[in-house]
Amino acid sequence: MTEPAPVLRIRNISKRFGELLANDAISLTLDSGEVLALLGENGAGKSTLMSILFGHYVADAGDIEVFGKPLPPGNPRIALNAGIGMVHQHFTLADNLSVLDNIVLGSEPLWQPFSNRRAARTKLLDVAHRFGLPVDPDARVGTLSVGERQRVEILKALYRGARILILDEPTAVLTPQESESLFATLAQMVAQGLSIIFISHKLGEVLRVSDRVAVLRAGKLVAEAATKGVTQAQLAQWMVGHGVDAAERQPTRVRGGSVCALERVSTARRGREYLRDVSLALHAGEIVAIAGVSGNGQAALANLLCGTLSAEHGSVTLLDAPLPAEPDRLVQLGVARVPEDRHAVGVVGDLPVWENALSERLSSPAFSRGGWIRGTAARAHAQTIVKRFDVRGGGLTTAARSLSGGNMQKLILGRALTPPAGAVAAKLIVAHQPTWGLDIGAVAFVQQQLVAARDAGAAVLLISDDLDEVMALGDRIAVMHAGALTEALPAEQWTRETIGLAMAGSHAASTPGAERAA
Amino acid sequence: MMDFIGSLGDILGNASFWVAVLRIATPLIFGTVGVLLCERAGVLNLGIEGIMVAGAFAGWLTVYGGGSLWTGVLVAALVGAAFGLLHAWLTVGLALSQHVAGLGITMLATALSYYGYRVSFPKVNTPPTVTPFAPMDWFPLPVFDAQTPPTLLALILVPLIAWLLYRTPIGLAVRMVGENPQAAEGQGVSVAAVRTGAIVAGSALMGVAGSFLTLSAFNAFFFNMINGRGWICVALVVFAAWQPGKALLGALLFAFFDALQLRLQQSGDAVLPYQFYLMLPYALSIVALILVARRATYPQALMKPYRKGER
Repeated sequence: MTEPAPVLRIRNISKRFGELLANDAISLTLDSGEVLALLGENGAGKSTLMSILFGHYVADAGDIEVFGKPLPPGNPRIALNAGIGMVHQHFTLADNLSVLDNIVLGSEPLWQPFSNRRAARTKLLDVAHRFGLPVDPDARVGTLSVGERQRVEILKALYRGARILILDEPTAVLTPQESESLFATLAQMVAQGLSIIFISHKLGEVLRVSDRVAVLRAGKLVAEAATKGVTQAQLAQWMVGHGVDAAERQPTRVRGGSVCALERVSTARRGREYLRDVSLALHAGEIVAIAGVSGNGQAALANLLCGTLSAEHGSVTLLDAPLPAEPDRLVQLGVARVPEDRHAVGVVGDLPVWENALSERLSSPAFSRGGWIRGTAARAHAQTIVKRFDVRGGGLTTAARSLSGGNMQKLILGRALTPPAGAVAAKLIVAHQPTWGLDIGAVAFVQQQLVAARDAGAAVLLISDDLDEVMALGDRIAVMHAGALTEALPAEQWTRETIGLAMAGSHAASTPGAERAA
Repeated sequence: MMDFIGSLGDILGNASFWVAVLRIATPLIFGTVGVLLCERAGVLNLGIEGIMVAGAFAGWLTVYGGGSLWTGVLVAALVGAAFGLLHAWLTVGLALSQHVAGLGITMLATALSYYGYRVSFPKVNTPPTVTPFAPMDWFPLPVFDAQTPPTLLALILVPLIAWLLYRTPIGLAVRMVGENPQAAEGQGVSVAAVRTGAIVAGSALMGVAGSFLTLSAFNAFFFNMINGRGWICVALVVFAAWQPGKALLGALLFAFFDALQLRLQQSGDAVLPYQFYLMLPYALSIVALILVARRATYPQALMKPYRKGER
């Protein structure tokens, strides 16, 4: 049997962004009808490499061959015409336009007086049918669910006749069931002769769908192997560069009294991002994890407990008193906050580390006297945080924006969990996607800190769309869908499947205990 | 009060009132459609006020120098397009702030026009005049037969632009570039080319809008003749929720109130000071804006410079 010629050959691609060598002489091949997984941590250079392939960036060195022909750099149109389709992690769709509009754009010559809508619609429906991706061509993209939008993104590539499909972290925004259906679609594409590059940092998924795996670390290709012969532990070691111990579940030992309780709370409606009749009790010494696809009311829940959103109906109590909707007051009462978007909400990027360390406690007498900042005390406090939480990458006067994601998160966590002299220790921790986008080391650190805070007697609310994290840390788990929250049941009563069903809004799944009994 | 209602009835029943409405609306239609094209592609063009001045001056000067009226309109469009190209270079090529670039162009175009006028006619006290467009007596509809050809052009332009935007590939490209330039680029559409094209075409229409004032509504060029009409167009686009049909409606509505206030001022028996009537169209536009525009879905990428290769 002769070796089939590769459909794609990447040779010695290098790309430098300022100081950072994002891709360092990477060479890869993709065979026909193959699923190649590109594995690596955030910032390992996966997305950069694929952006070069698709013409968004121009490589500093190296060349690319598609179906045996050299691919000129820096032009998505040429990449498209060569048969490369890309499904971006952050969808590139126009919300105000219809599905058909989004897909048809660019496929017709620009200067023609009519757009041939009928032919386009027929072709789209045909492609959708062939790959088992049902879609309503006239729906406005803004009204679609995340899973449906991804379907549109994939169809966009298939409509243009892509033979090589690049999927950038496609499961990051999907429920487990939606992921399953995506995997089925991938199998169908391969059966029809497409070749796929599947970018991910989730090991289980990579083992599941790929034929071959290539691992990137710090811009370099560190390993390449047939998926059959590798184990999860081995992949993790390649990805991180050293052995990784799987996180051990450490269930709570002492569950204390109620710290915070929501009683049938509803908030003003804004898309799916609101609360609908939510009840939840948070106890001292316990982590309650909220699972769900983000955008289903998690932000509303976090904002409510951080004082930036008020309830329309229902009551929220904190330490047996109504929860005041004032962020400043909440911090004084012992609510520690780790916001979802650390760049936009967590820190003020242009201000130095020490001012950011102080920003939640501006009115604290420890740091201000008579309207003046007590610089020495504030800097000493910031130094304590930096030391205790191992914030690296700059001194106290470095602008916060220049910290890496992990160090920025450590700073935010440290600020939340380090009360200044005279202030109460954290009683309630609201952690919203605290490990999103962090590397494995930083993830472990943040998770350890949350567990430690729980063991010290704080109530922890962990909101995460990472199911592994929810199941590893949650003492009790509840699932959010479209503003509604299931009952918070002990972690042992949930399985991945029941959580997945509840994430998709299935009613039967909201009482997993009952389903088990059945 | 009865007096007031009576005089209002007299005004609305008079054909000359409706003639005035259409005449006042014409430059607003050109200007609003011009702004709409730019904004649909994601670029705010505050150069309109100045581009209208330049169009008014260039068109008038061409005719004064012996050119035909339509040559004057064409020159106004070309001058508008030239300023559009400058705006495109600043906002698309260099990705500078669209506000600042637009205001800069307004100041530049206005000052250049005034300067050009002063240099050409250093010692004139009464502005020199040209023979403007004649009314279309042959037109078989009342009110319309008192309009000049550019008004007809404006009314034809609206469905044409709507067709372009909603029914052609280039229109889809314009809308996509204004909604999500990354997506458009990813589909192989050049964001820079589409945005530049939309700005140049929109600015040409702004130039034509200006020329209407010197070649149809009046017969001379004088200072401050644009008098905020450009800014009104910018507001009308928001009122129109970025849709050509509603833009036409908005321009007519504003023109209606403007014509009304002129008549009410003249009717003499008015109890209110004339400044009140002057204010009326502006105040009513704001009210209409509040009522209509709150629910509008504006182009998502409006005022966001796009730099290739950035996220």
